[in-house]
Amino acid sequence: MSRLPTRPGRLQKAPEFFLTRDAMTLSRDDRRSFLRRAFVAAGGAAGALALPKAFAADGDAGDPAILTLPAHSKGLGQPVAARPYGLPSKHEDNLQRRESPGLTRVSAASVSFAPLQGLFGIITPNGLHFERHHQGWWDIDPAQHRLMIHGLVKEAKVYTMDDLMRMPSVSRMHFIECGANTGMEWGNVAVPTVQYTHGMLSCCEFTGVPLKWLLDDCGADVKTGRYVLAEGADGSGMTRTINMANALDDVLVAWAMNGEMLRPENGYPLRLVVPGVQGVSWVKYLRRIKVGDQPFATKDETVHYVDMMPDGQHRQYTSIQEVKSVITSPSGGQILVDRGFFNVTGIAWSGRGKIRRVDVSVDGGKNWKAARLETPILDKCLTRFNLDWTWDGGDAILMSRATDSTGQVQPSIGALRKVRGTRSIYHNNAIQSWLVSPNGEVGNVQIG
Amino acid sequence: MSRSVDLRTLRRRALASATAALMAAGMAAHADAPAMLGKLGRAATPAEVKAWNIDVRADFKGLPPGSGSVARGQEVWEARCENCHGTFGESNEVFFPMVGGTTAADIKSGHVAGLLDPNAPARTTLMKLAQLSTLWDYINRAMPWNQPKSLATDDVYAVTAYILNLGNIVPADFVLSDKNMAEVQGRLPNRNGMTREHGMWDVNGKPDVQGSACMNQCASAVAITSRLPEYARNAHGDIALQNRMIGGVRGAETALPAPSTFVALAARQAPPASGVAPAQSEGLKLAQSHACLACHGIGNKIVGPALLDIHKKYAAQPKADAVRLLIVRIKSGGTGLWGNTPMPAQDHVPDVEVRTLADWIATGKFQ
Repeated sequence: MSRLPTRPGRLQKAPEFFLTRDAMTLSRDDRRSFLRRAFVAAGGAAGALALPKAFAADGDAGDPAILTLPAHSKGLGQPVAARPYGLPSKHEDNLQRRESPGLTRVSAASVSFAPLQGLFGIITPNGLHFERHHQGWWDIDPAQHRLMIHGLVKEAKVYTMDDLMRMPSVSRMHFIECGANTGMEWGNVAVPTVQYTHGMLSCCEFTGVPLKWLLDDCGADVKTGRYVLAEGADGSGMTRTINMANALDDVLVAWAMNGEMLRPENGYPLRLVVPGVQGVSWVKYLRRIKVGDQPFATKDETVHYVDMMPDGQHRQYTSIQEVKSVITSPSGGQILVDRGFFNVTGIAWSGRGKIRRVDVSVDGGKNWKAARLETPILDKCLTRFNLDWTWDGGDAILMSRATDSTGQVQPSIGALRKVRGTRSIYHNNAIQSWLVSPNGEVGNVQIG
Repeated sequence: MSRSVDLRTLRRRALASATAALMAAGMAAHADAPAMLGKLGRAATPAEVKAWNIDVRADFKGLPPGSGSVARGQEVWEARCENCHGTFGESNEVFFPMVGGTTAADIKSGHVAGLLDPNAPARTTLMKLAQLSTLWDYINRAMPWNQPKSLATDDVYAVTAYILNLGNIVPADFVLSDKNMAEVQGRLPNRNGMTREHGMWDVNGKPDVQGSACMNQCASAVAITSRLPEYARNAHGDIALQNRMIGGVRGAETALPAPSTFVALAARQAPPASGVAPAQSEGLKLAQSHACLACHGIGNKIVGPALLDIHKKYAAQPKADAVRLLIVRIKSGGTGLWGNTPMPAQDHVPDVEVRTLADWIATGKFQ
């Protein structure tokens, strides 16, 4: 109340102050006099307003988008909070996460892919973050959610969301990629666009508490207990084994993504963030952490998420997402608007560290040029790259190849197949090739 | 005048808070053992740990006492599992098949030879399964699909025994229990089929495939070895509707044949006025969110009848009656009208949503 105006008739600035009825009346009177003044001033300009019409009638005068003022320049726009939770422009409706037809039979045990072809920078908007559910998603009441930590600990403990969110938090930007991302392409080209080849990939700023602090809080025996089991509260009771080395390094118990609470599709109210490791280990609806002296051989460690090698053996506990990159535009399924200049843009990432360089080829891998890396360049996070390119109207094959801070260079599909065959399903980090045809269309191809 | 004063104040405040944030960040970076240790959360009670401590490890630690026969397993299977997995665990309709592709020789060697066949139609669960604990644990925690964690412990043993019997791993009169799980583990066809000899678990592990860093004249010729066949052009829907309508590129109009020559955008025909896919109806959203479509295709039978067929069946009567009947069918489930496969009761779906679904099916406009 002490902040109310004392000088009557002074113009009030909304919405910082509450106004009394009297103050509002005064303000309104003041506005009336302002409008009256404005009306008088506008009188002299009335003739000038008619001019654009005269130009618009002449086709050669210029662009009607400039010469004819649109409704939004001549009318009153929407008020604040017309959409209390903001939405993208209606003109952006085409950019949605989508299922790949025929990939799965049951939509509650399926995946929707992020539209990488239309995203900018490195952060994935929360509504476009890819989804992978094993037994459907839930919107869980956070007041009823609990996290239990037990096993090889001094004291088994239970935390509420209130407990966790009172703790000192950290915020880190990391990519999350499904181990099966690009899995459909092991044997041959199978899908048309980067949304379906690489869209089980997203990147957010996550906020939460380091798992290490919680393990310390429970007195975990991190010498004997070399593994932790993470378990979800959903029907699938999603479970994965995490190395204690990871758990003590950079794993987070997170409740937020990109500045707001996790979306239900992404594990609201609590999920594990395991930087550099495949998405299946980022257990959603996290309810339990158990410290143990052996890995836990869960369903998604012995039946799925095992990588079959040419000798018939399955690699178990493959976790790290190795160095990888992809050009997101121009990319498969797109058509160029014209010949001439283009910005070739894409993203690169590595589960072992930072991106050190990205090379781009426009001639199918004969010659390469270093692309510009945009900042920030962070550990186990997407890095955006760009390269100038002029399309002369002929065939071109666009490829990108990333090198990470450990020196690993992204391999060709041929090099990968030589070692891992074609039936691995998981961990395909091959160089992606996009063929630009003379008709302007871009297609997904593989180079021998 | 007063406005510019306010802006200055705002800027000063913003600067002050940014400085404070920087100082806080600096301090946090050094806080290895935060002050919250021991001050938040509480001890878990033994009953709480017992309630959630359900995992069973490869060495069978965590396995609760109990037993179940193949015969009992068959009963449970036919009532609870067969809908999705098929009578013999062979179904490929809803999930990947569980049983098939293993031999007596595999049981001896512990390696499934069929995995080496590049033309094998699918890798079944029993072809891949290396740890018996995993099968038990997963059935116990996640099955049946729409009612997880509802099986009694003995029935989890029984269903596990039945699956093993379908794979000829245990005989038809077998009783599986916590006492003999380890023994049966020794008969799993792919028990020796896993390796941890790779560099992809540890962040410092050594990668097995290294790319080339060559920059110039790296290949003499470029051969395209794989591309999408022309008939698959529109298999993922119209790509034009999956791309932004502004910028240096558009989505290709895959509903039409590929253009034979290049036409710059300015000379192309105007795109459809609203380049946007039609909105989903409330009914379709609910049918997806409640996984109705897992068993009922819109135009095709899956486990249950196609929604279009259900619509036709009820179309003969007044819509209000059809809606009333459909509400009852959805809520209570049942068997007999469309065959012997029972539909589970959907009594967890809120009434208002059941009504929307019933109305959607009775209306028959499946968008």
